[in-house]
Amino acid sequence: MTNVAEAARTPRAAARQVEQRRTLSRSTLRTISILSPLVVLVAWEAFSRAGVLDERFFPAPTLIFQALWVEASSGELWTQTQHSLTRLIVGFVIGAVPAVVIGVAMGLNRVVNAAVRPIISALYPVPKSAVLPLFLLFFGLGEDTIWYFVAMGVFFPVVINTYTGVANVSAIFYDVAENFGAKRLTVFRTVALPGAMPNVITGLELGAGMGLIMLAIAEMMGGQGNGWGFMVWNSFQLFTIESMYAYLLVFALVGLLLALIVGFVGRKLTPWISRH
Amino acid sequence: MSNTTAPASAATTTATTDPKIRIRGLSKHFSVPGGHVVTALDSFDLDVPQGQFLTIVGPSGCGKTTFLRMLAGLESPSEGSIEVVGGTDGRPENAMVFQGDSIFPWMSVWDNAAYGLTVRGVPKAQVKETVGHYLEATGLTKFADAFPHQLSGGMRQRVSIARAFANDPEILLMDEPFSALDEQNKTLLQAELLRIWDETRKTVVFITHSVDEAVTLSDRIMVMSAQPGRAKAFIDVPFERPRDVLQLRHQPEYGEIVYDIWSQLKEEVEKAKQQADARVAPKRHGLFRR
Repeated sequence: MTNVAEAARTPRAAARQVEQRRTLSRSTLRTISILSPLVVLVAWEAFSRAGVLDERFFPAPTLIFQALWVEASSGELWTQTQHSLTRLIVGFVIGAVPAVVIGVAMGLNRVVNAAVRPIISALYPVPKSAVLPLFLLFFGLGEDTIWYFVAMGVFFPVVINTYTGVANVSAIFYDVAENFGAKRLTVFRTVALPGAMPNVITGLELGAGMGLIMLAIAEMMGGQGNGWGFMVWNSFQLFTIESMYAYLLVFALVGLLLALIVGFVGRKLTPWISRH
Repeated sequence: MSNTTAPASAATTTATTDPKIRIRGLSKHFSVPGGHVVTALDSFDLDVPQGQFLTIVGPSGCGKTTFLRMLAGLESPSEGSIEVVGGTDGRPENAMVFQGDSIFPWMSVWDNAAYGLTVRGVPKAQVKETVGHYLEATGLTKFADAFPHQLSGGMRQRVSIARAFANDPEILLMDEPFSALDEQNKTLLQAELLRIWDETRKTVVFITHSVDEAVTLSDRIMVMSAQPGRAKAFIDVPFERPRDVLQLRHQPEYGEIVYDIWSQLKEEVEKAKQQADARVAPKRHGLFRR
């Protein structure tokens, strides 16, 4: 919106723009959102075919889709997806579950918060990718190393957001629960958890994205020899750039799908939030 | 005025009937940063007879909310005792209607109104009957499945009232429940509150800033002094029940009582303002404030 405001030099122009903003229908905006990436793709295709873009580095999108189709029809894509998806799901669960528990405990109990918070604050800024060698050292070259590594990426955004959510539940709701005779567990179930839920979901959304990043790093460097991340790295080394792009596309699609799933579950879990 | 009684006689004048709430020597001290101790309430005595609608008016910061929170069991007294005379049928001692938005945003109107009963594990059929009744009484039946964000401020406060009444407590506590509403909504809700209250005539302790509201609703009004809070005067409101909120304002006594309360209150409000001004007075030594 800032560039709109800047462009509006005169009051009349400003008024016109405000009006334009109002009259632009939702469907027009949606059409623009669909068209703009298509335009980029078409331009990419054209420039690549015309030789304006170096075909070795920027293979035409149709070639990338073709490569993806080859991977899919040979069963290769499915094999890699089984490896990666299992790691992502296992890592997500073993990262998110303790994060929610610890985050809630921190938000409800000042002693727990005082004890755990400095540790989290100290560990959080360490670049996650830099810790992979340490994980390999601790857990070896096994499948579980990747789980823990993904879990670590999921853990931090979830624990921080859950804590923030619980700590920010207005004190009046705890007063109400107490006044109406709610016991500890009931207070947790009826006040702390639903009150923090929107933040927990934000944490899960961020955690899912972070988990995907961790998965790619671990598969590229963890020496398992399979998974989407390995395929990206392997294609790079074999200089089969089309299939590298194909697996990058898989990452993009999985990321999108994850966001949609978490968003959907989130809306189901927080039906009271108005969404307009 | 004839209907003003001195605070000293408050306990004795009502001692003939059995009080529902008996408060003796109640004090509350707070420690504030800098090592000072502030006395919010100072050896406070009060008897509230069964079925009385008592309203407390007082200047800001006089400790009336602290007093109500102690009655609600949300804060403990520094000294003295609070006794609510109750039956043995397992009903809760009190239910509070809080100031501002206090209904749970994550629960439907129905679940909010049923909160106290569900927490207590009341049988489902009874919950259904009671909650249904109070949602009907507050005009919320159609909105039973709605979430609070879909309701106006006035409707949200109706849910809060339904929640407190549905819990069927020994006494009802209300902390400026209508203060955030506009004048028209306030008048509507006062009328509704009186109508619902008339069904059961529970003992009520109601806090308000509004003198008009106090006169409209209550049987007796307690004017509190500026900090430390004490009972400065008691004023009986003689209007018959059930009351018509609008007709009431037409009666000559109405103005007299309002005037009477204001004359008691004026001095305290000024005192409270001076106290507040003193708290924000600029410090002479900015670096070493104490």
